[in-house]
Amino acid sequence: MTIASIDAAWIDAALTAARPQAVAALLRYFRDLDTAEEAFQDACLRALKAWPKNGPPRDPTAWLILVGRNAALDGVRKSSKSAPLPPEALISDLEDAEASLVDRLDGEHYRDDVLRLLFICCHPDLPATQQVAVALRIVSGLSVRQIARAFLVGESAMEQRITRAKARIGAADVPFGAPGLEERAQRLNAVAAMVYLVFNEGYSAGGKELLTRGALCDEAIRLARLLLRLFPSEPEIMGLTALLLLQHARASARFDADGAVVLLEDQDRGLWNGRMIAEGLALIDKAVRHRRPGPYLVQAAIAAEHDRAERPEDTNWARIDLLYGDLEQLAPSPVVTLNRAVAVSKVAGPEAALTMIEPLAPKLSGYFHFFGLRGGLLLQLGRKDEARVAFDQAIALASTAAEAAHIRLHLDRLMKEGAGG
Amino acid sequence: MLYAILCYNSEDVVGAWTPAEDAVVMARLGTVEAGLDAAERLGATARLLPTTAAVTLRKGREALVIDGPFAETKEQLLGFYVVDCADLEAAIAVARDLAAANPDRGAYEIRPLAVYRPGRLAEAGARRANRRGVGA
Repeated sequence: MTIASIDAAWIDAALTAARPQAVAALLRYFRDLDTAEEAFQDACLRALKAWPKNGPPRDPTAWLILVGRNAALDGVRKSSKSAPLPPEALISDLEDAEASLVDRLDGEHYRDDVLRLLFICCHPDLPATQQVAVALRIVSGLSVRQIARAFLVGESAMEQRITRAKARIGAADVPFGAPGLEERAQRLNAVAAMVYLVFNEGYSAGGKELLTRGALCDEAIRLARLLLRLFPSEPEIMGLTALLLLQHARASARFDADGAVVLLEDQDRGLWNGRMIAEGLALIDKAVRHRRPGPYLVQAAIAAEHDRAERPEDTNWARIDLLYGDLEQLAPSPVVTLNRAVAVSKVAGPEAALTMIEPLAPKLSGYFHFFGLRGGLLLQLGRKDEARVAFDQAIALASTAAEAAHIRLHLDRLMKEGAGG
Repeated sequence: MLYAILCYNSEDVVGAWTPAEDAVVMARLGTVEAGLDAAERLGATARLLPTTAAVTLRKGREALVIDGPFAETKEQLLGFYVVDCADLEAAIAVARDLAAANPDRGAYEIRPLAVYRPGRLAEAGARRANRRGVGA
């Protein structure tokens, strides 16, 4: 790699890293999303020209905010024929202007800016996938083409979706004053949920989609770390970040060469990312000290139990069962109970687990995993005909080819055994 | 003389590297390290986990644990320990012992390591280097 290409990569990374803070500050300044985005875009173009020549500024984010703001103001002035502002070449080092801006960047102000930028993507009228698409476009700065590819839709369709979503956001009139304590907590909750949605868009991708969609997991982790830097004492943000890290740590082992799902117990644990696991465990340790466990932290603790086990048979299922019990209290849902049943089947056997999930049938009649687990438990109990029916139902509900293929494996095995016996 | 070389960079920017870009940088650094290590001149090296994984023990009449990294600019980095601990609580306990032994001022940032290599700088070599540097 040549020095020039390192520079290009460095600038690229610096622009990506600065984007949430810079767009958020520009949004507070202009109170208009399109103007803020254009101003940032403009600043990036100027950075690409100025930085290789003058060297990178001491604080790239502050540089981009100041230059972006001036560029947008310059545009306004040009159209109103008043005097232009000095070009950024004259303020390349920024000196005093930068220093005072950096002071303000450190303040609470700035924290609320970024939170606001993330929060406007969580507009309750927007369906979950649109929230994710808008956040990826506005906050992460992914191109429409990249997002379209991640969602497996055409570029023009995605362009339309994002434009419509942004119009809705523009009409929503988000208050620009500093939020109160309670409002800040609500915003943080909504934003955390949105970051988890971004992650799941990447995580639920299977096989060949993984290349394009797996990057969404990295992006979600980056956003979670950003939140954690802004809110360093929030145990649920520690929990969320840990959860994402501990799940993503297994990414390289979750699919085989043909793109088929590899179950947790069959994964090559040597492929798990030890550094991500270490970071996740460290964050759980930090969060636990606050003694107010929330749903993200408990889910992270469950993921940690799996990640800690060197072999599948080392998994502490009794502890996982207890943690799911906690989660049922904190965030009751049939899906949580369904997951708990997996732990129960390991601790108390398939019969107990089956008894546990039968009452969930009305609520989960459209849920792939319900029938997958039901089939698996029935199979363990030797009730093959019923298992076959459950597996058929699961395949009908599978949302990815990898899911369907996995269930088909069970069915094939059943067919073979049926033919042999 | 033994020297510590402390690595500073923007966490945001390094965090925005793709795994491939990260690997390229680490491989280039690895080449430099390998040369030093072959000459038995390299002591322990470490890459730290992000600052978001850190807590800080503020010394004082009652030592206080704060989430996040050490962020003051009025105090300077004067030394560091690498300790093996079962979990964060155990690491905080070690830091508390250190704080009790030197309670006056300052802080201990407790940051987990992502990578640790002990290096081949042998104890005898370290003694030699210490004598040259400090004792001479």
